[in-house]
Amino acid sequence: MSVYLALGAIGTLALIFGLILGYASIRFKVQSDPLVQQLDELLPQTQCGQCGYPGCRPYAEAIANGDDINKCPPGGEATMKKLADLMGVEPKPLNGDGEEEDVKKVAFIREDECIGCTKCIQACPVDAILGASKQMHTVIIDECTGCDLCVEPCPVDCIDMVPLKPTTNSWKWNFKQSPKGDIPIKMVS
Amino acid sequence: MLRSTDEIIADLKAGKCHSFTGGVHPPDEKSLSNTTNIQTLPLPDKIILPLRQHIGTEGSICVAEGEHVKKGQALTKSSHPYAVPIHASTSGIVREITRHVVAHPSGLSEDCIIIEPDGLDEWVKLTPIPHFQTLPQQTVVEAICDAGVAGMGGAGFPTHIKTGNNKTIEFLIINGAECEPYITSDDRLMQEHAWQIRQGIDVLHHLISPTAVVIAIEDNKPDAIKALKIACQDKPEYLVVAVETKYPAGGEKQLIQMLTQREVPRHGLPADVGVLMFNVGTCFAVAGAIYEGKPLVERVVTVTGRAVEQPGNYWARLGTPVSHLLNHATYQVKKQSAPQIVMGGPMMGFTLSSMAVPIVKISNCLLAPAKGEASLNEHERACIRCGACADVCPASLLPQQIFWHAKAKELDKAQAYDLFDCIECGACAYVCPSEIPLVHYYRQAKAEIRLEKEEKSRAEKAKERFEARNARLIREKQEREERHQKAKAAREAAIANKSKAATVDSNDAKDKVAAALARAKAKKAAQQPESDVPAALDTQADKKAQVAAAIARAKAKKEAAQANDTNEILPEDERKAKVAAAVARAKAKKEAAQTNDTNEITTEDERKAKVAAAVARAKAKKEAAQANDTNEISAEDERKAKVAAAVARAKAKKEAAQANDTNEISAEDEGKAKVAAAVARAKAKKQQAAESSSSDGPADANNLISKNVDFSSAEEQSHHDDEKRKRIAAAVAKAKAKQAAKKDNNETE
Amino acid sequence: MKLTLSSSPHQRVRRDTSQVMRLVILAMIPGIMAQVIIFGFGVLIQATIAVITAVITEAAILQIRGRSAKFALNDFSAVLTALLLAVSIPPLLPWWMTILGTFFAIAVVKQLYGGLGFNLFNPAMAGYVMLLISFPAAMTLWLPPQSLASIQPDFVNVLTIIMTGFTESGHSMDQLRMAADGITMATPLDSVKTALSQNYTYPEALDEAIFTNNLNASAGAGWAWVSLAYLVGGLFLVKINVINWHIPTAMLAAAALLSAVFYIADSDSFASPIFHLLNGSLLFGAFFIATDPVTASTTDKGRLVFGAFIGMWVIVIRTFGGYPDAVAFAVIVMNMAVPLIDYYTRPRTYGHTAKRARKP
Repeated sequence: MSVYLALGAIGTLALIFGLILGYASIRFKVQSDPLVQQLDELLPQTQCGQCGYPGCRPYAEAIANGDDINKCPPGGEATMKKLADLMGVEPKPLNGDGEEEDVKKVAFIREDECIGCTKCIQACPVDAILGASKQMHTVIIDECTGCDLCVEPCPVDCIDMVPLKPTTNSWKWNFKQSPKGDIPIKMVS
Repeated sequence: MLRSTDEIIADLKAGKCHSFTGGVHPPDEKSLSNTTNIQTLPLPDKIILPLRQHIGTEGSICVAEGEHVKKGQALTKSSHPYAVPIHASTSGIVREITRHVVAHPSGLSEDCIIIEPDGLDEWVKLTPIPHFQTLPQQTVVEAICDAGVAGMGGAGFPTHIKTGNNKTIEFLIINGAECEPYITSDDRLMQEHAWQIRQGIDVLHHLISPTAVVIAIEDNKPDAIKALKIACQDKPEYLVVAVETKYPAGGEKQLIQMLTQREVPRHGLPADVGVLMFNVGTCFAVAGAIYEGKPLVERVVTVTGRAVEQPGNYWARLGTPVSHLLNHATYQVKKQSAPQIVMGGPMMGFTLSSMAVPIVKISNCLLAPAKGEASLNEHERACIRCGACADVCPASLLPQQIFWHAKAKELDKAQAYDLFDCIECGACAYVCPSEIPLVHYYRQAKAEIRLEKEEKSRAEKAKERFEARNARLIREKQEREERHQKAKAAREAAIANKSKAATVDSNDAKDKVAAALARAKAKKAAQQPESDVPAALDTQADKKAQVAAAIARAKAKKEAAQANDTNEILPEDERKAKVAAAVARAKAKKEAAQTNDTNEITTEDERKAKVAAAVARAKAKKEAAQANDTNEISAEDERKAKVAAAVARAKAKKEAAQANDTNEISAEDEGKAKVAAAVARAKAKKQQAAESSSSDGPADANNLISKNVDFSSAEEQSHHDDEKRKRIAAAVAKAKAKQAAKKDNNETE
Repeated sequence: MKLTLSSSPHQRVRRDTSQVMRLVILAMIPGIMAQVIIFGFGVLIQATIAVITAVITEAAILQIRGRSAKFALNDFSAVLTALLLAVSIPPLLPWWMTILGTFFAIAVVKQLYGGLGFNLFNPAMAGYVMLLISFPAAMTLWLPPQSLASIQPDFVNVLTIIMTGFTESGHSMDQLRMAADGITMATPLDSVKTALSQNYTYPEALDEAIFTNNLNASAGAGWAWVSLAYLVGGLFLVKINVINWHIPTAMLAAAALLSAVFYIADSDSFASPIFHLLNGSLLFGAFFIATDPVTASTTDKGRLVFGAFIGMWVIVIRTFGGYPDAVAFAVIVMNMAVPLIDYYTRPRTYGHTAKRARKP
């Protein structure tokens, strides 16, 4: 008899707690962005494909499914750390050279060498190259993500990745970036 | 809770002034420069006027190089509300519009207009509006804007934006605190030009109609207080108030707190607490703009520091190089082991990297410290968390916490400690016993955060563009498939019709299918449907010829495309040529120039070409022309482009004719050989070009892309390569033309 | 020629870290002198040993860490730590214990946490606590004030007893602790604590030789003078703005208040506030230990909280705990709470209205 009592008591308890837990899971449900969305937001959106996936979102999906977090050279160390943070895994050194300096680069077409083949236009994932067939092409630097993808297809190799020079707006208070006045000062009288 | 206006006014009238939290008392050193009158300077050799001298956007240039301008003539104009025009500060010739090092801590260059003075210093025709009370407000505000008045206290906020405010303003505060050590420009201005400042206040009073006007001056400037009290004695609502001498009492937020005990809300403006503040220098400039019609072309600059022998205040034209001013104050540069020039005061000013930096609207002081007078950030030690920085912070921040996070690059945490409420007054770094350049860390962190945000928005944009592009590609694919479907349907319908007519035998039908296939192929190759093929098919022979021609065309195109892998053959289009002509760059000019050299023989060529044309098939001509046109880099103007095109086409025809006349096989061989040679040379060139350009080629994408003018240097470097490259290109084109022509011949003969 | 670039501000106060440290050392001089006068030369010898140990340890570790030892030693923080420890320990402590304590303070508590500015705990107090826990007997063997002592060892004897444990004439430590009447002398705190635990009343407990002086009935002979000498130095520091008034005031006020509450409730079993203030290291701790900038709270409000809690802890431990004095323990305990205090006492930033949403 006491066995049934015990079973009944425990069963009732289990039921009550189950109900409480069930209620709590509904009541306190955390509305958050799906993981892929969050990952995608961390990625630099260069769409360069250096991770081996066609674009940033596919890579975000891959990370969500357990791929390595260190396959995004354009994002650099910082992005990798953020990804590690979000995924709760240990940061890993970046794939590839690893010694990428953190200088933003953009594509630059040497226009006198451009033959107007439109291959780079087709390669550009963000439509940042302007031009028509047989016309000189040029890069819209504001839109260029520095993904490198246009360099390879160019048949005449007239595309360079040029580091962006700091302007007064992008200057990060780094005096080392300032042109030092090594010219003898001329006193105007 | 805000105190009522009446309470505050009563307090101010009683001379009761409050304080703000924190603050420091650095030695003020004002006696170095405030004992002498403001002096005028002779004209400098050149005037360098940066396009942007204030917070906001720069206007567009409305003068040209070589143009003669008069003093006070506007050099830029704009419709943007945050843009303020700049004016020639003397008469002379616009020598250059170029990048020049500007008054910015980075020492980087910005666009400047450089004027060579003609020595006459001749004013443009001025239009004063002393009767401003009778004019609509809008006109007065516009006059202030057109005079280029921007806040002269240091921030350079456009004055007309503030005056155009439509919130109720209780207090118009005139800031004559000048809390920074060393600087005395406002002090001298108040002492010597109190009346004009008063006039400026009248104008602002008229525009804003506040309950009270408070002129706040630190109590270490008794002469200035006296002068302004005299100037304002007939206006009881103008209160001249002496405020405590404490750095940074001249900070906008701090002064408001001292006078009204109100705090400007976090993301708000002073107008949100019923206050507007103008610097005394701004009032002076406003008076000049309204009563005399003079735009802002000069300002008072304090030249001080123990390294100058004659410290004092000077009327400096905007655009005067710093060296000119320092020279007149006899700067002992040779006596300095590590010369340093600070623009602005010692607390918030920045060091200049060049003496060629021009004076701008916000430059109130040049400080040339002698050895030991200024501290360099050389002895940074570990933070001992003494909290001295927090004690002096006027914004009640915890500087050492922000520093901690800023240094560790934990930017979000630094922001959580209200990094962006820091006004960079430098009080924390001033007292820091460990000599940590705290403000420097904050600035770096702020810049970092700002850029990160920009980066984020760029990423956002890139994502959008990427998605848009993907959508477009999918759409195009679908459209293409649809087109194919339609063509297929049409073809089937046609077949059905023909078989119904029963007058055509099976061969005929097959031919049609072949023709359709050929067309499809041609379309694929050309990426554009050929509309002239199917028209009317009269006889069987004709049909066969058409089919053959179509196949030949398609093949020829493919061949041509393969032969020259650097080019993609797309149909020529006259309109594109015109567009190209418009877009073309210096390189194109050169190309065109070269083709011009061959102009002499154009007529002859044309004739020959006509002869050749008779021999070659009509389609072959077209192909050849196309093939050759890929090489043609469009000319600067349409005429040249056309000439070049004609010449090229003629050449191609000639080649084609030759190929026809001589042994076909040899022609083909020759063509292949030429192609191979060309490709080899091109490859060699590529490597060479890549090497040369990576080492000494374009280093700066900004300059090169955004400014055509900057492009020329890079181009000059590759100048010697041009000849060779052109020859290669010509060779490749010729080869292609030949091959295409030959193929066509083979098919048709 | 190049123009020098640097970041604003281009002016600074002349008082740097090393000057701050030197000023604190200067302010300790009255207290040290009082100790020398009342308890003999022991403290000077201990100070010498501690300073030498601290400097050598700091230099060696900085060398290992690859930092500039010369630059770091310039800041005098190691010297200050050594002095603070030296004045806290019994003057005749065996030399190797002093060395051990100093080494622990500098090497483990300070440098292992990252050096000056990064240590979580007050190094001097951590060193003291380590010694107290490891060598409780030796660490509580205080000499009687010389006015009451039967033997007044001279400099040479003090030196030999620190180095060997015995005076030249072979007296041991225990013999030195004898008072004139031949009874070993305990410190005022110790004697009251013992008396109270033996169910004597507080007034009875004060009826000891150690409390015979002309200052106050609750003041231990000599001990009160040392405390007052440190108070003078501390007030000097407050005056010249090297330390803020918040921590000492809050600490002393809280200690006085709490002990007053106890004393008023039961003046027989609890010591008076004056007794607590004048005896032991409360005054010294309030001005010289708790105000150590590195390990104290940095906001004004936080400093008040930090000081007040230390004061309360001191009284609680002195009254109910096992050790007679408690400044070191209280400081160490509150050091741990500093991040928390700082976090919750952030001042309202200019222009901010409501309490901000706090993010972890």
